[in-house]
Amino acid sequence: MFKNLLDWIEYRIPMMRVANMHALQYPAPKNMNFWYVFGFLATIVLVNQILTGIWLTMNYVPSADGAFASVEYIMRDVDYGWLLRYMHSTGASAFFVVVYLHMFRGMMYGSYQKPRELLWLFGMFIYLALMAEAFMGYLLPWGQMSYWGAQVIISLFGAIPVIGDDLTLWIRGDYVISGATLNRFFALHVIALPLVIVILVFLHIVALHEVGSNNPQGIDVKHPKGSLKEEEKTKFKIHEYYTSKKDIIDDVVPFFPHIVLKDLVAFSLFCMGCSYVIFFNPEVGGLFLEGPNFEPANPLKTPEHIAPVWYFTPFYAILRAVPDKLLGVLTMFGAIVMLALLPWLDRCKVRSVKYRSGLHKINLAVFAVVFVLLGWLGLKPATPTFTLMSQISTVLYFGFFGFLWLYSKNEQTKPLPARITK
Amino acid sequence: MKKLLIALVALLPSLATAAGGGFQYPLEEVKIDLKDQPSLQRGAALFMNYCLGCHQMQYQRYQRTAEDLGIPLDLAKDNLIFSDQKIGEKITNAMPVADAASFFGKQPPDLTMVARVRNPDWIYTYLKTFYVDEKKTFKVNNAVFKDVGMPHVLEGLQGTQEAEMVYDTVDGEKTLVGIKLTQKEPGTLTPAEYDQAITDLVNFLEYVGEPSKLESHKIGTWVLVFLAVFFVFIFLLKKEYWRDVH
Amino acid sequence: MSNAPVDNGRRRFLTVATSVVGGVGAVGAAVPFIASWNPSAKAKAAGAPVEVNISKLEPGQMLRVEWRGKPVWVVQRTPEMLEELTTHDDKLRDANSEVEQQPEYAQNKYRSIKPEVFLAVGICTHLGCSPQYLPDSFSAQVEGVPSGFFCPCHGSKFDMAGRVFQSVPAPTNLVIPPHKYLDENTILVGDDSGAA
Repeated sequence: MFKNLLDWIEYRIPMMRVANMHALQYPAPKNMNFWYVFGFLATIVLVNQILTGIWLTMNYVPSADGAFASVEYIMRDVDYGWLLRYMHSTGASAFFVVVYLHMFRGMMYGSYQKPRELLWLFGMFIYLALMAEAFMGYLLPWGQMSYWGAQVIISLFGAIPVIGDDLTLWIRGDYVISGATLNRFFALHVIALPLVIVILVFLHIVALHEVGSNNPQGIDVKHPKGSLKEEEKTKFKIHEYYTSKKDIIDDVVPFFPHIVLKDLVAFSLFCMGCSYVIFFNPEVGGLFLEGPNFEPANPLKTPEHIAPVWYFTPFYAILRAVPDKLLGVLTMFGAIVMLALLPWLDRCKVRSVKYRSGLHKINLAVFAVVFVLLGWLGLKPATPTFTLMSQISTVLYFGFFGFLWLYSKNEQTKPLPARITK
Repeated sequence: MKKLLIALVALLPSLATAAGGGFQYPLEEVKIDLKDQPSLQRGAALFMNYCLGCHQMQYQRYQRTAEDLGIPLDLAKDNLIFSDQKIGEKITNAMPVADAASFFGKQPPDLTMVARVRNPDWIYTYLKTFYVDEKKTFKVNNAVFKDVGMPHVLEGLQGTQEAEMVYDTVDGEKTLVGIKLTQKEPGTLTPAEYDQAITDLVNFLEYVGEPSKLESHKIGTWVLVFLAVFFVFIFLLKKEYWRDVH
Repeated sequence: MSNAPVDNGRRRFLTVATSVVGGVGAVGAAVPFIASWNPSAKAKAAGAPVEVNISKLEPGQMLRVEWRGKPVWVVQRTPEMLEELTTHDDKLRDANSEVEQQPEYAQNKYRSIKPEVFLAVGICTHLGCSPQYLPDSFSAQVEGVPSGFFCPCHGSKFDMAGRVFQSVPAPTNLVIPPHKYLDENTILVGDDSGAA
């Protein structure tokens, strides 16, 4: 009876086929380590953001007069409103935590290299959309930091020659940031960008499943058809979509349940961390929620010290490091473009950092340190010392990509193993 | 590369001084305890008596406050609400905005979330450091909030203080390096009693800033316990499935 | 892939146990989402019980107050009105108020705590219009009944105790909200705690 129903559905829409192809019989390298859980976690956070976001809109009032009070209404008058709001605000930061780790994983194991260039690009577009989403969402509480943060960021577009001033006016829809700006940001934040992000995530996953998951060794688990002996092939049932094109070596496990269970272990730990923040420390010392944002937006009074939320600060520090408005903006956007160009800047054929040169290891380590340092500097006031440090860090940031391009062509790499040994 | 790193690290100690900029009165630490209901109740009473005349808590309701602080509603109606407001209404006053602006130069800020905008230590120290300054409209100044436009409302309780400015020569310039406060006339409370009173008040302000804290700490503990249990199960299940892989 | 024997019993137990724990977690996670749809503190404050002072209410007069966004009528019934309530039981759908449209203490002949004071939600039980109060001219609607309530929307008719007449669209008597007397002349609408 139940089987008949399933067959009836399967005949009309291929549910089981998709489930088999992308979960039950999807071949994932068995050596994927803890760095490989962040994609899963990012998806979970996305779901959390969408759900809590929908629930927040049920009580939020997108108007200059009502926004601030409606957030406090949610915090005080709505049953569990505080929880929904903190899940959303903590989720925003958690999203960037996992996305940054996810990206760094890609850099360590060369996951952007051929044939995963497009996968990496989709990821970069998700990252861009996420930054826009976070920025627009941050205006909605209509606090002092919302207002002045948006003021600063929108002014960046004023650096563009000729059209700059008209462009900022157009983005704001007013001579200052006003209810008009708030309303359009609200529309983009709750409908347009989430839609874009969901579509991009879908494409990201489709692209991933087409080329297959990379792994810490950076070697392929899919081999040319006919090159493997029968006993070398995996004993797990793999979907014929993959086995018909390639021979799959005995170093894979099915995505479900093996990888999912691993992801769920990480998920439970991740939930503990998030729960601690949500229930005990939602502000995280002003990193996740900033003190001045508990004061309603006041167009006549700038807070003493404006800093963007932590996930923007590396780029903010780069922006401030350059003593020219237009060049600063260009450098900042350039910093993101460099990341997107990684698949072509890195000319090495070996993927994983494990088998690459000492020079590359140092270069990557310095990059990681510099990125964190820039993030820290972006939170600090722009004193001469900090500015100098930001300038050095900016040079090192771009230096990473420059050096990489230079040495990766003829890099001294270690020999790759034939199999994922474990 | 490494030299650059070393240079960066060497710069770190100089950061602390780099952020300076003018004299900052050292903040005193205040002991906050949101579980101390008597303290919160005294703080609420103090707020209603001394602050609500000018400062509102326009996002917080009397009823919620009374319930969270363990005050029976009929007691709250008689002892906390001084206007003809209903218990379900928000904690507001009837001061017209125009009047407020002409009395104080600007509208007194809403205090619902002052403990989140500032911080408890700041408010505590601020309330302790009013001193006599004849040049000011209200004849007082404040060591933490210089030239504040607010009179010392709690002067009757604390009494008055005098300030002695301490100067030093830094880089050849005469610079303010400290403010010494001494009691001039006593108030109705001893210094220890006054400290307790403003601790209660700050405690109450901290509560009103985020009333959900009382609930969230309770729920949060259970959530973490549950997640720990879930972790054990999912970890064992994962091990069970991966046994046949390695 | 090794050839270690698979312990199916253990595997099944752990799968079921983890699913149960996970299910509990999912239910727990749903709680805030569901609970947030309850009336907020603001709605509760706006829907709080309303005090009505009836000291100035004259015989035959009606007072309208708003409670939870709905009109609540308070009518000081005259002795004649009380008298006529006993005369037309045969024309009513539910003369003895057997359908639960009133608190227990109002399930009596007059559908009220005090016979002379009638208090009801002024919303027709048909489709939610507010009926008109016809203290003198109701006999045009029901012969021999001088006063009552007439709903202009679809012609439903109620007597002076809010009881519905037969052959009209409204299915049940008017709703009597929970209420109690705080003193002789003050009624609290919306709260009957402590009242018998």
